[in-house]
Amino acid sequence: MSKKLLLEKAHVENIRLYDVYRREGGYRSVEKALKTMSPDQVTEEVKKSGLRGRGGAGFPAGMKWSFLAKPEGVPRYLVCNADESEPGTFKDRYLMEFIPHLLIEGLIVSSFALGSSRTYIYIRGEYAWIVDILEQAIAEAKNNGWLGKNILGTGFNCEIYVQRGAGAYICGEETALLESLEGKRGNPRLKPPFPAVKGLYGCPTVVNNVETLAAVVPIINLGGDEYAKIGVGRSTGTKLISACGNINKPGVYEIDMTISVEEFIYSDEYCGGIKNGKRLKACIPGGSSVPIVPANLLLKTAKGETRYMNYESLSDGGFATGTMMGSGGFIVLDEDQCVVKNTYTLARFYRHESCGQCSPCREGTGWMEKILWNIENGKGKMSDIDLLWDIQRKIEGNTICPLGDAAAWPVAAAIRHFRDEFEWHVLNPDKCLTENYGLRHYADPIHVPVA
Amino acid sequence: MAIQFSDKKLNEVKEIIARYPDGKQKSALLPVLHLAQEEFGGWLSSEAMDYVASLLSIEPIEVYEVATFYSMYNLKPVGKYLFEVCQTGPCMISGSDNIVAYIYEKLGIKPGETTADGMFTLKTVECLGACGYAPMMQLGKYYKEHLTKEKVDAIIEECRRNAVANN
Repeated sequence: MSKKLLLEKAHVENIRLYDVYRREGGYRSVEKALKTMSPDQVTEEVKKSGLRGRGGAGFPAGMKWSFLAKPEGVPRYLVCNADESEPGTFKDRYLMEFIPHLLIEGLIVSSFALGSSRTYIYIRGEYAWIVDILEQAIAEAKNNGWLGKNILGTGFNCEIYVQRGAGAYICGEETALLESLEGKRGNPRLKPPFPAVKGLYGCPTVVNNVETLAAVVPIINLGGDEYAKIGVGRSTGTKLISACGNINKPGVYEIDMTISVEEFIYSDEYCGGIKNGKRLKACIPGGSSVPIVPANLLLKTAKGETRYMNYESLSDGGFATGTMMGSGGFIVLDEDQCVVKNTYTLARFYRHESCGQCSPCREGTGWMEKILWNIENGKGKMSDIDLLWDIQRKIEGNTICPLGDAAAWPVAAAIRHFRDEFEWHVLNPDKCLTENYGLRHYADPIHVPVA
Repeated sequence: MAIQFSDKKLNEVKEIIARYPDGKQKSALLPVLHLAQEEFGGWLSSEAMDYVASLLSIEPIEVYEVATFYSMYNLKPVGKYLFEVCQTGPCMISGSDNIVAYIYEKLGIKPGETTADGMFTLKTVECLGACGYAPMMQLGKYYKEHLTKEKVDAIIEECRRNAVANN
């Protein structure tokens, strides 16, 4: 059983309400930080904890905080990124829906550390009902003296506001998010300057994911060193994984990053095995942008070692044979799924979500979508597969934000590992409309554990 | 119909503007556009957008830029009930195609179309963050998840009942 730091109390009845949350030990980290620590000491604990950004990039959060410029007389901002939009990812939603005060508590401590007296939660527009949940939690926190002026008599002032987006994946990119928060189109900014120097309204700003900010609560309660003992290597603490696709128990799980991928998929504590007794074909373990891997490379690394649910192990082998932890959006495909069709829907997603600023992404994503549609619908040519490879290579690294890479990687990985499935579509233009390629022989024999 | 918020809504606009530092009222644009869409028939006419521009003391073009960028703003009228069915990877592998096909079978509308009585519009959308509860659709403020044919039937019935009750 994995240690739970974030969702431990998520199932306590009425934990959404302040009184219950407080009775269960909530807001202790605010008392500890504001009364016994300096802002720099809080940052130091976050650094020691080894906490890595939970939005997908995995950048050390404490280090990000320490980059924040602090010029005299200029306001600083903390912005919480709740624009969760990476296909396969629904963990932040779960946290905000079921234990909203944990996020508010983390935001108060983090605002104190960074010196933000006006903190924003930018939430994707579709999560409309969660806005109400968060605003209620904020109002309760304020009524009980955790927000507002002179919090706990320390002289620290802080307000938290919720801003609703309006449907744009790109606003999960931090500079696009800031543009959107300023009331503009979500076009990512050129970096440098980084938000830590020039962010919201041109002021120093830190943007962190919901789960990252919630994790500040156990870090302060336990101390950074204790938190860092949980997990393994540079994958410290716990991680929320949102599991979906063809599994028996889709949902959000908190893991301590020491369990194997095999255990995560087949154990009844987590995914509960593949639905309908089918066999595992492939998996996209960290949200749609990360490379898809066939079952044999998912459960074991290319060296034949057990693969674990953590940053290092999932990326073992690089993009040739590994993948990424990403946002923790764990998408499982069974033997009946078509990799070409799946790749097509993801390419369509990225075309839809490209902001249109950079030509390689704007033109390339639409081009890849068209070619993939042709192959999926029996209208593809053999040369299309190489053309796809060529296009994705020319998008990757040639755009000002990572959406280009995010669009390129799924196509590259699908061709890398499932090229024969693409070829089968081209060679069987009629059959591919009614049948699926299935498991066939695309990879080494697949180990199928008993659920 | 002249476009004008009620006093209650105008107060809400004021409260929204107060969330931002002085002079940064443009930040209120996205939330105020949501309000305008709710108030003025589920879509944003150019009249509604110009009105929002005047409320925030910004140029109309600044509003058009934003309204055309974000997928949740409807720039054309939509039916009373908007079915937004997710069709991205995780929903697709869980059978979202069947849901879109079933809605066509029941209501005779394809994605982008509205029923003749103006009651229902079908739209396919990209990932809404409900991948573990697929297939799903957004209906107004809420998500309808774990969709089956029976559930779609029930949702359509419920909408029709509500429409009658609200008339």
